[in-house]
Parts: sequence; structure tokens; C-alpha cells
Amino acid sequence: MSSENLDIAYVAKLARIALTDDEVARFGAQLGDLLGHVATLADLDLESIPATAQVVESRNVVREDLERASLDRETVLSGAPQRQGAFVRVPRIIGQA
Amino acid sequence: MKYEAVIGIECHVELKTASKMFCGCANRFGAEPNTLICPVCLGMPGALPVPNAAAIEYMIRAGLAFQAAIPEYSKFDRKNYFYPDMPKNYQISQYDMPLTQGGVVRYWLEDGTLRECRLTRIHLEEDTGKSTHAGSGDGRIAGSSYSLVDFNRAGVPLMECVSEPDLRSAEEAVGFLEMLRRTLMAIGVSDVKMEEGSLRCDANVSIRPVGSEAYGTKTEIKNMNSFRSVRRAIESEIARQSAMLDAGERIVQETLGWDEANGTTISMRSKELAHDYRYFPDPDLVPMEITQERVAAVRAKMPPLPIERFERYTREYGFNVKQATQLIDAPEIADFFDRSVTVSKQPQQTQNFVLGDLSRLANESGTPIQQSPVTPEHLGELVALVESKTINSKIAKELLARMWAGEGSPKSIVEREGLAQTSDPAAVARFVDEVLAANAASVEEYRAGKTNVFGFLVGAVMKSSRGKADPAAVNALLRERLGG
Amino acid sequence: MNGRERSARELIDATLARIENVEPQVGAYLSVLEREARERADALDKRIAAGERFPLAGVPLAVKDNLVLEGTVTTCGSRMLERWVAPYTASAVQSMLSAGAIPVGKANMDEFAMGSSCENSALGVTRNPYDLERVPGGSSGGSAASVAAHEATIALGSDTGGSIREPAAFCNLVGFKPTYGRISRYGLIAFASSLDQIGPLTRTVEDAALAYDAMAGFDPMDSTSVDRAVEPTAGALREDLRGVRIGVVKQFDTHKLGADIDDVYDRALHDLEALGAEIVEVELPTADYGLATYYLIAPAECSSNLARFDGVRYGLRVDGADVAEMNERSRAAGFGPEVKRRILIGTYALSSGYYDAYYVRAQKARTLVARDFAKAFESCDLIAAPAASSPAFRFKSKSDPYSMYLMDYYTIPMSLAGLPALSVPCGWVTPEDGKRPMPLGLQLTAPLFAERPLLAAAHAYERATTHAAKHPTQIAEVAR
Repeated sequence: MSSENLDIAYVAKLARIALTDDEVARFGAQLGDLLGHVATLADLDLESIPATAQVVESRNVVREDLERASLDRETVLSGAPQRQGAFVRVPRIIGQA
Repeated sequence: MKYEAVIGIECHVELKTASKMFCGCANRFGAEPNTLICPVCLGMPGALPVPNAAAIEYMIRAGLAFQAAIPEYSKFDRKNYFYPDMPKNYQISQYDMPLTQGGVVRYWLEDGTLRECRLTRIHLEEDTGKSTHAGSGDGRIAGSSYSLVDFNRAGVPLMECVSEPDLRSAEEAVGFLEMLRRTLMAIGVSDVKMEEGSLRCDANVSIRPVGSEAYGTKTEIKNMNSFRSVRRAIESEIARQSAMLDAGERIVQETLGWDEANGTTISMRSKELAHDYRYFPDPDLVPMEITQERVAAVRAKMPPLPIERFERYTREYGFNVKQATQLIDAPEIADFFDRSVTVSKQPQQTQNFVLGDLSRLANESGTPIQQSPVTPEHLGELVALVESKTINSKIAKELLARMWAGEGSPKSIVEREGLAQTSDPAAVARFVDEVLAANAASVEEYRAGKTNVFGFLVGAVMKSSRGKADPAAVNALLRERLGG
Repeated sequence: MNGRERSARELIDATLARIENVEPQVGAYLSVLEREARERADALDKRIAAGERFPLAGVPLAVKDNLVLEGTVTTCGSRMLERWVAPYTASAVQSMLSAGAIPVGKANMDEFAMGSSCENSALGVTRNPYDLERVPGGSSGGSAASVAAHEATIALGSDTGGSIREPAAFCNLVGFKPTYGRISRYGLIAFASSLDQIGPLTRTVEDAALAYDAMAGFDPMDSTSVDRAVEPTAGALREDLRGVRIGVVKQFDTHKLGADIDDVYDRALHDLEALGAEIVEVELPTADYGLATYYLIAPAECSSNLARFDGVRYGLRVDGADVAEMNERSRAAGFGPEVKRRILIGTYALSSGYYDAYYVRAQKARTLVARDFAKAFESCDLIAAPAASSPAFRFKSKSDPYSMYLMDYYTIPMSLAGLPALSVPCGWVTPEDGKRPMPLGLQLTAPLFAERPLLAAAHAYERATTHAAKHPTQIAEVAR
């Protein structure tokens, strides 16, 4: 669990946040520092310990397959940064999903 | 061809629930854009998903239909990546604990050969919205200058079905897909219409020298919009890869788009790094526990499966592939047929009636067969009456029309009107002798060699007996009497 | 209330006047809902006149700005949502409305609930009413300041690692975080889904109990909300602690916090004993791993929860040559540095090759923390601890992110285990770098779903000690 592998620029790409060079350096240092602190978890013997899935032990919380009213389109689209008629408009998409 | 094709199929099937997977918006195709949206499926701040109980039930049905394992515990995971038609920029899906595991799709080829293709898994997830790309002139994403997004489809429940690479030809791939479609429709979980997007599929194709165990490099083909496209695309890709290997070139692992208009595959730009989806269990959803009792309850309500019908129709009933397929692909008619056969015990006869006269009556009156005034059991009775020679087929046709008009069961009509045909030798002999006596001239003609008079004499006996004489007995006795 | 003493409208008018008076100093609110509050008050008065009764009739309510209230700008203290109008109302807020409470404003907060001082808000500065040069705490800083400054009677906050309890302690209030799942999260803009909980900040334990009773219960819109009967707490408050065993955590040695602070907590334990409680020592061997565990799990979940802020459907958009660039620029402009840091570390902790080493490991450590508490509760009924390691500090005095994270040291373990916990005023110290006495908070924690005995005990302590009344806010002196 070392912090040398923290490639901030790569992580920022994954997280879709544009960072300045200054931020890359600054965050790199701060988060490297944090990783140093969390490295203490290596002390714990977690071999046979299950990961917490949920704090409360619910199961099968579902809803009936019933239709409910949707939001008014105008309410939603008027809050959109850019719309075109009945659609939300975005700049071109490069590459596939 | 010295190469063997190795093909796997991955499909996405929209489940036909009334509402979306995690919210109550209507699950409906073709609505005005952005009218079936709410804070949840739009990924608005603060919204939370709640799973649709029916979608989970449909998954269990699908798992059972393909003999998959249904593990006791299952959960949802987040698949994280950015795309403008994915409101949360993560998709709620399933990673390591899907609702079903394994399974097999048994299907048939056109010549009736049965094949099997194993499934890796079927899991449940939510669909994305739909983007249309504008500005490039042909609607394609490459070259477009902007995109328009409709979120109606975002959040629709989606079943992802992944097969093992057991398929060996385009024909098998299409057979597999048709079987998948047939079965999912039969169990009522989806409309499975490629033209509406409720079935979408990708194919993974590779080739290897015949006899080799190692896998070749595979390519992924997307954008096939019909079963015909699937066949053409796979055949095209097999040919392309074969030519390349023959020329000593290496196959590049890539994603290809099928261009239906030009009948070729096109390499899709994949400048992106391979996605790191950062799967982790969705903390907004609790695990699902599927008990044996629940699975048994779903199993008890399953309708007949197409593959079961196919085996019964071809092996037990002796139908050919075309006949069997025709029935199976009309499930309401097959349901009717199955119930009739349990009464009549005569599959071929029953099929003749159901697909023949009964369907004609149904079509003429615009009545779907489920609402036929003739019940399956009564039709079975009718067929049984013909088989036992209680009535002949001509009478049977008339009876059917009367049953359709609401006159009741065939047995009751026959008894009421004494329509039972006579095969009693004494009675038949009486009719035959009467006719022979009344038509001495024709008898002479026959004995003189004009054998086509025979038909006239048979008809005369039938007429004189008001159609009730058993035609076979009449035939036999006439021949005997005429000495020829 | 209910029309006996004053009408709702009078109460709201008085509150709005107070807000106008002191807001320039306190800055608790990002938006004040003047017109809406008056309209709701009038409507409520009509219904009361017609015979209806409400448990929280006319109570002026501050709503933390990460809770959606239909028609209000809901910002999470961020440029990303600076102009976003919520199209729906959070279930918990709706419950408060149905109980008769009247929202008077959206309270300032650390951006997206990430912070312990409210200094991370991108949209405003909130000051501690007890010393205007000190922070009110965070992330529910505006919620705390509003109630402390009498700009509201009850405030709704949210707590992920201490964000209700710490600001309550800093501002001389009761701050209560119920068991995870007791109050619906539908409409709470998510930070860390498995840790977030809504809760009240109030001047008395009784008010907190009333607010909890109004909000707790299963919500079909939140599948993590617990389907379990809610035993009302407001009627079960007690005046003594006979028969109650209170655990003091060996690992939480308050000597480390300095003599003055240590004295206050020592005195608190004596006061608890005087009420009849038995003090026992318990252990939380993994307490020291709480921070590491939390600062992997919370950022991981938030990195996914905040991915939706991409400039496409709502919020800030900064254009780009293509969608990816638009996303990157919008998020760069919309998020402050702390939010960026947590998204980055969270993304890293979930990424391929690191998921098992970081995220899974942290979730396993979390199991150990929960087990530690379960074991401790075998020998006690409640656990007593500090709510924070110091009183409110001065602005800009914690520039290193990790030093800020340390403020959550005492509150994080309870969050990881999902336990109900609250902070109640327990005394005062005058910090070395200041002249005014500042409040300290006693944190009480109970087993899962034991809100009733928790609030009952806190009430007993509060009534016997009356620490909260000892010193006035600074505003009382300045606002004229």
C-alpha cells in the first residue's frame, strides 16, 4: 500500500476533473500524505473478517411494479444547462461508451 | 474451410415491466422524449433507487427457463464510467454475484438438428438513455458536432445475457438468438424486438485451425439490428478473418461496427483506454436473498417452454421442423393444440384441424384463438370421434362449424341428431345393396370396365345414408359386391 | 405552540426579524425563505384555527443546504449547484413540514458535506456565534450557527463522520445522529451513502427528541431505511441515570487533550455518576483505525456519488470541444479543492489493482470497529466520549487537510458502526488563542436502534447540569 503509485494525472482522467499542473503537484503531495496515514490498516489482521456490506441487515427491499407520475418535462429541461427542443444537448461524444 | 469459427453472443434484453427498474416511471417505448423521467432515473442529486420486484421475478423465470443456477444471495454493483446518456455516470448492474449463473440454451437448426450453447450468466441492470448524434449528416457519432439526449429509456430494466463461445457458425448464432427470443417471449418477460431495441446483441468472433484447441484473437461486432444482420455480419467477419490468416496477417483485437448498407464491418475508433469500471457493491441497495421456496413457486407457474414443445412435437408426434416451428411460434395456438391433444391423443389430426379449419374460422371472424367458442377439449373430442370412426371427416367439418356457432360439444350434437356414422356391416350392406339394385345400369358399366363409375356408386351410397355410412366400409363392401 | 401563545405567523415574523438583524455577523444561511415561510405560517395558522394539531407547529426550521426542498435553490455549498432549483422535497424535510415546522432558510455547509469547519463552503462564510472569529464547525456549520444565534429553533443537518455532532459541540447545542437507516436519505444529496444520516441540531434534548420522532421511520423511497417500529422518544425522557452503565473508552484518553479540557470531561463523568450512573471502562481496540477506514470508504463512495455532476442535465456547465472536455472543465470549475481531493482519493481506492488493498480492506476494518462496539456494549448501556478534540478553532488555523480530518477522530467510529450518537453541552474552556469561553460537547453513543434510552439519558444530564446557559453568544453584545 505505498503512495508512490498514486498517478494523480491518471486518476483525474478517470474522475473527469481537469487539474492544473499546480493542482497535480499539490494534490499529489496531500493525497500521498493521506495514503501514508491510511497505511496503518496494514497492521490489522483482516484475513478472516468479512467486509461490511451494509450496516443494517436488511434483505429484499423492493417495490411493486406500479407506474407513478413522472416529472414535468419543462421543469426538468428548464433546469438543464443546454436544451434543444425536447432534448438535452451536449457537445459531440468522442469514442464509444 | 480449414478454419473453425468460435462465436459467443452477448445480448441485452429489455424486460417488459410496467415501470422502470429503480423508479416508478412508465416503461414504455415510443413516448415523447424526456417525458418518462423523475429524480431517480434522471440521476438528480438526492435521489435513491428502489428495485422493481417484477424485474427480479422475471430474472428467476429466465434463469429457470435456461436451467441456470439461481444463487441464494445476489446484489447490485455500480459500474462507473462517464457517458452523457448515463445519468449517474455509473450504471447499477451486477458484477460478482449475479441473479443467475451458468445455464444452457438448447436450440434447433433449420434441419431439425438440436444444438446447445452454454450461458456464462444472466444478470440484471438498468438501461441508459438514448443519444442521437447531429451535425454529421448521417446520424453517426463520428463526425457529429453535438448530441441530443432522451432519458426516457434510462432506468428501464435490462437483462444481460452472456453466452460461452460454443457457437460455430452464423447459422448457429442465429438459431441461438431465435431460441433466446422465443423462450423469453414464451415466459412473458420481454417483447424481444430488435427493431424497438428490446433486444440488442453483440457477437464475439474468432477463428482457429480445425482441430486446434487454442482460441484465436477475437473481434467484437456491434450494431447488428436484425437477425439477418447478425447472420451477414458474422459470415462477413469469418470470411475476413479467414482471408487475413490465409495471407499470413494477424487479427487485431478490436471492436467493429456492422454497416448493413454496405455489408461490411468497420473498425470503430478505440482511442480510449480500456475502461476501469471500479465495480463496488452499491451502498444504496440491500442484497437480495432468493430462497428455494421462492424459486419453486416461480417454477410452478412456468408455461411450457419452446424447446420442450419442439422435442415433443418432433420426437413423439412426428411433426417435421417446419410444422413444429410454426406451432411453437404461435404460442396461443400451441397452447390450444396441447390441450386438444390430451383429449384426442391424435397429434397429426389435431394439428390439421387446429391449423386448418379452426384457424380459418378464427381468422374469418377476427377472433383470436384464445377466445375461440370451441374449447380445446371439445376440439379434441371431435378429433377422437373421427379417429374412432364414429363420424367421418365430412361430418366433422360440418360439426366444427356448428360448434363454433355455439351448439355445444361434438358428442352432444352427435347424440342429439344421431349423426354417428354407421360401420355396422348389416346396415352398410343394406345401403349398398339398395344402391346396387337401383343402379343396375351403372353396375353393368363398371363390370364392363368403366371403373370410374365406382366413385358415382360410392357417392350414391353416401347420399342414401345421408352421409352416415362409413366411407371405408362402403368402399370395401362395394368392391366385394362388384367383384373387382 | 398550537396557537396558544403566539401564532405561527408571529413566531416566523420574529425569527425573520432576528435573521435580518444578525445574519450580517453570523452568515448561517445561504438563502432565506422569507416569502415561503410567511405563506406556510399563514396556511398553518388557518389549519390550527380549524382544529388541527401539530407536534412542531410553527417551529422555525433551518434546513442544511444538501437537503432538497422543492422550489428552493439547493447548493450543497458548492458552485456546482449554485443556481440549481430542486424539483422535489426530501422525505425527512416533508416529515418536518407535515409536523408543522416552517423552513426559514437553507443553511450554509462545507461543500458537499466535506469538512469540519464550514470553511470549505464555496458560497459563504459562517461564524461561530460564541466567538465570531472562530468556525462554527462542519459540515453542518450553518445549521449549528442558526440555532445558536436564535435564527431558528431546530436545524436539520447531516452527519457522515461527525458533521452534526462536532458543530453542535462547537456551538453549544444538542446535535443528534440516529442509527443509520432510521431517517430516510431520500432527498439528502449523497456524500457517502453507507454513512450519511440526517439529524436535528437543537438547544435542548427534548427538541431533538421531538424532531427525531417526526422524521424516523421506513421510507419506501429509500431502500436502506430500516423497516422497524419507531418507539417515540419525546415522552420517555428521564431525570436520573439510576441503573445506567456508562462506558468510558480506554483508547480515548482525554489527558491528551490538555488539562482544561480534561477537567471538563472529568467533571462530566462525575456529574453522570451523581445522577446514579455507574462508570465502567470499556475498550475499542480498533478506534485508532477509524480515521484510516473512514477516509477510504467515504471518499470511495463519494467519488461515485458525485460523478453525476457533469454539466449535462443540471448544475454548472463549462463548455468544451467534446463531452469529455465539457465534463472535465465543469467539474474543475464547480468543485472546490477538498471535494476534488476526496474524489481523487476515492477514485484511486476503487481503481483496478487497488480495490482490494484499499476499499475492501477498509470495509473489513469497519467490521472490526462494529464488533468492538458490540463487545463494549456487553458491559455498558451507553458510551461517553468527547465530541471533538478541541473547542471551535480560529478560521484558517488548520490548513493541512489531515489536521482537519483529525477533528473527526471521536465521531468517526460511531458512524462506521452506524450507531446512534449525540453531542450535548458539557462545559466551557477558554482557548489559549482567544478570550471568550467556548463550549465543549459530551458525546453519548448507544447500541443500534437504542435512540430512546440515549435521548432519555442525555436529557437527564442536560437538566442536571445546565451548561448551555452559562455563557452568552457574542452576537448578543454586538447586534443592536
